[in-house]
Amino acid sequence: MSGTHGTQTTAGPVLGNTPPEATSATGEAGDNAAGIEAVGRVAREVLPETGVIADPTQLRTYECDGLAHYRVTPALVVLPETTEQLAAVVKACAEHGVPFVARGSGTGLSGGALPRADGVLLVTSRMRTIREIRRADQRAIVEPGVINLDVTRAATGEGYYYAPDPSSQQICSIGGNLAENSGGAHCLKYGFTSNHVLGTELITPQGDVVQLGGLAPDSPGYDLLGTVVGSEGTLGIATTATVRLVRLPEEVRTLLVGFYSTDDAGAATSAIIGSGVLPAAIEMMDALAIEAAEAAVHCNYPDGAGAVLVIELDGAAAEVEHEYALVERFCQENGAFELRLAIDATERALIWRGRKSAFAAVGRISPDYIVQDGVIPRTALPEVLRAIAELSSSSGVRVANVFHAGDGNLHPLVLFDGEKEGATEAAEEVSGAILDLCITHGGAITGEHGVGVDKAAYMPKMFTDDDLDTMQLVRCAFDPGNISNPGKVFPTPRLCGEVPGKRKKAHPLVEAGLADAF
Amino acid sequence: MTTVSLDAARTALSDACGEVTDATPADAVDGVPAALVARPGSTEETAAVLRAAAAQGLTVVPRGRGTKLTWGRPPESADVVLDLSRMNRVLDHAAGDLIVDTEAGALLSDVQQTVGSAGQRLALDEPVAGGTVGGMLATNASGPGRVAVGTARDLLIGVTVVRADGVIAKAGGRVVKNVAGYDLGKLVIGSFGTLVVVTRAVFRLHPVPAARRFVSVPFGTAEDASRLVQSVVHAQVVPAAVEVEWRVDGAGTVVVLLEGTAAGVEARAGTTRRLLGAGAEAAETAPPGWGVLPWTDEPGATGLKLTCALSGVAPVLAAVQRAAADAGVALTVRGSGAAGVLYAALGGDASTEAVADVVARTRAVCTEHGGALVVLDGPPAVKAALDTWGPVPAIDLMRRVKEQFDPERRLAPGRFVGGI
Repeated sequence: MSGTHGTQTTAGPVLGNTPPEATSATGEAGDNAAGIEAVGRVAREVLPETGVIADPTQLRTYECDGLAHYRVTPALVVLPETTEQLAAVVKACAEHGVPFVARGSGTGLSGGALPRADGVLLVTSRMRTIREIRRADQRAIVEPGVINLDVTRAATGEGYYYAPDPSSQQICSIGGNLAENSGGAHCLKYGFTSNHVLGTELITPQGDVVQLGGLAPDSPGYDLLGTVVGSEGTLGIATTATVRLVRLPEEVRTLLVGFYSTDDAGAATSAIIGSGVLPAAIEMMDALAIEAAEAAVHCNYPDGAGAVLVIELDGAAAEVEHEYALVERFCQENGAFELRLAIDATERALIWRGRKSAFAAVGRISPDYIVQDGVIPRTALPEVLRAIAELSSSSGVRVANVFHAGDGNLHPLVLFDGEKEGATEAAEEVSGAILDLCITHGGAITGEHGVGVDKAAYMPKMFTDDDLDTMQLVRCAFDPGNISNPGKVFPTPRLCGEVPGKRKKAHPLVEAGLADAF
Repeated sequence: MTTVSLDAARTALSDACGEVTDATPADAVDGVPAALVARPGSTEETAAVLRAAAAQGLTVVPRGRGTKLTWGRPPESADVVLDLSRMNRVLDHAAGDLIVDTEAGALLSDVQQTVGSAGQRLALDEPVAGGTVGGMLATNASGPGRVAVGTARDLLIGVTVVRADGVIAKAGGRVVKNVAGYDLGKLVIGSFGTLVVVTRAVFRLHPVPAARRFVSVPFGTAEDASRLVQSVVHAQVVPAAVEVEWRVDGAGTVVVLLEGTAAGVEARAGTTRRLLGAGAEAAETAPPGWGVLPWTDEPGATGLKLTCALSGVAPVLAAVQRAAADAGVALTVRGSGAAGVLYAALGGDASTEAVADVVARTRAVCTEHGGALVVLDGPPAVKAALDTWGPVPAIDLMRRVKEQFDPERRLAPGRFVGGI
């Protein structure tokens, strides 16, 4: 979610007893060297010299994404410029059984673009053309390396914007957004990437180019597009995205509201949503997160606040006017002691700066931290926040809370000093316990950062073997060779040769003489 | 009954599920006679039925209330109709979290009634009245309101399914924001019962708006209709729906729905009337036929779904009108101009050749404008003579998905694209 977090340089923990470098998730350097060489040959044939990287020092610059504590040096890096080049390299990977990992800007926070030591990293950053802004159709067609915010920039002149806005939107790519089904502060009202990508040209893991969805909705057939978006690069690589452009709202109002406690702020949030008002965003920060943001960007949030809400209302002016009156009342009824309305774009930016800088800002008050991304039903917010506070006080591990209050997506920041003995383990334990809290409250282990390599081990806590096995049927349809970002999302791979439920012998009734097969 | 005797099948299914009966002619699926009807009462019983059916090698067609069973192609065979109407409970309405958890056999109207008591709604229209949640998901049915909140794919947040081999699986969950694992819900929506049987679904809800206003204006030509639609979608009035209707007598109307607060709607309706120009009128109630498919109550009519990019609305409307006129076929069109999804009814007295001609000519224009034409519903003889689904990109990949989920092709075989 936050690129600022992703690009800052805390050392970060090595999670768990077994670093992923040493597991099957990332492969071993030197495996299938002949295959890598063959893929490299194809890549050099179809790409200019600068598009293929095999030099060990240069390779190392691609060793991690935004989750910097997982590091694996890829065997080869390829930077294609066209669909044809990319498809040729993928085809070569399929032919030689070489795993590949696609990467956009590398801002992901779950290690979804962590390379394979025995594989190829396919970087889409040179596929960066906005092909069409189609105002009449309210669509844009863009290449995967296009930066999220650049779509909005290209459409603003026409009165439009691209709604999904992860905090890293200044640097993250549409292809990465598509792979991760990225969210953002405004998805409370406008939905996620999956609601805004209407079509894609996909290179399948076998190197075929297929079109899924397009300019018109409801393409006949299975909604493969809906399955591909958010599949974290395990079903292929998107080479274009047809995205929805949303009309700029007539009016936007951004408020900053100070409360004495997170309980009060949570109650105000519930009152607002319960009344039928759907703000574009409701974000909450607790005292520790505010302290960090103040230290970093001097956002001048209300003095003495135990929590702040950043609330944004947008839409037709007549509606926003009415909603604002309601929001103001609900905040006051729930103990708000200060309410500031941004009067212009500068003030709005200042309010958002505190929120958007929060992850990186935590680096000011702690040498290391883990960003969690759990989701809970919004009504469980007060209870879960209290439980997190108890976890924190009983373990002595500080936790700062920054989150999308409107949809219950928590980003607890678990603070620690990796230099202190046992601190890393204690932080990991608290981090894991927070995820357990989310699961026991009927929530999810990730709301927008993805499973990647980081949370694959948690998947069995949320899903049964049958659930995971069923998801992997899709994987086997797209990627029978298990070469497209293998080791991510699922804790254990499925062998695609097994066909479930297929009868291997004669029908039991036929065998028993009860029936005849025609 | 493909491989085993009816008695053996009946016995096996009865062991799996308390309610198994012999099918009657009324249980035929789009003209294809069924042998048995199983009515499981739970996900577990559904799984037992599917396991028994798998062991017997029986084909299975899931059914809610059967309101859309004639959509798509008829199945190649329907040994067992898996009737989900007993699984009709709305399990949990968590009003504070704006979600509802429901069995697939629940009537959509029952779900609306339950959540409506808290001032909420499942923001899905019901183009065919009397259907179930499962049927709505299987056919990806939608209506005018899709402009504001989208379709089932934008509202379904969790799903429980039973596979052809009887394995129960779920995906998603009970929270709106969730990216853990593949989104199987989207894969299942619009799959016409050919992948899995949905037994339970969780949806996000929306508040019922305090006020609604319908602003209508007549139009003459396809270009006029498109111009009116474009004027509204590029304005900032935030329409909940923009419907285009072309009645059989050639009279056209564009209707814009505005939803929100009383004061807000009043102001936006005023702006919308100005945008639509002379003749625009506002009303508090929906015009007749709002959200109803144009072939409803038209015996023998052929129902088409036309999709296109928004800029294709004018050429598609013009094409279907010209093709119908040339073929001498009565035509009614109704659908969402702002979503690029139009439904057309071709009169029940049209010959198969005439229908085929309209379909071919209109399909070419839909395709040219980024969309497709699907023959959704129609008399068996007409459907049999037509390529109902039309060309489907990525069909090979779809076949592979089917092969993984239902390798023996026992779930509604042949109903879907490319003979899936």
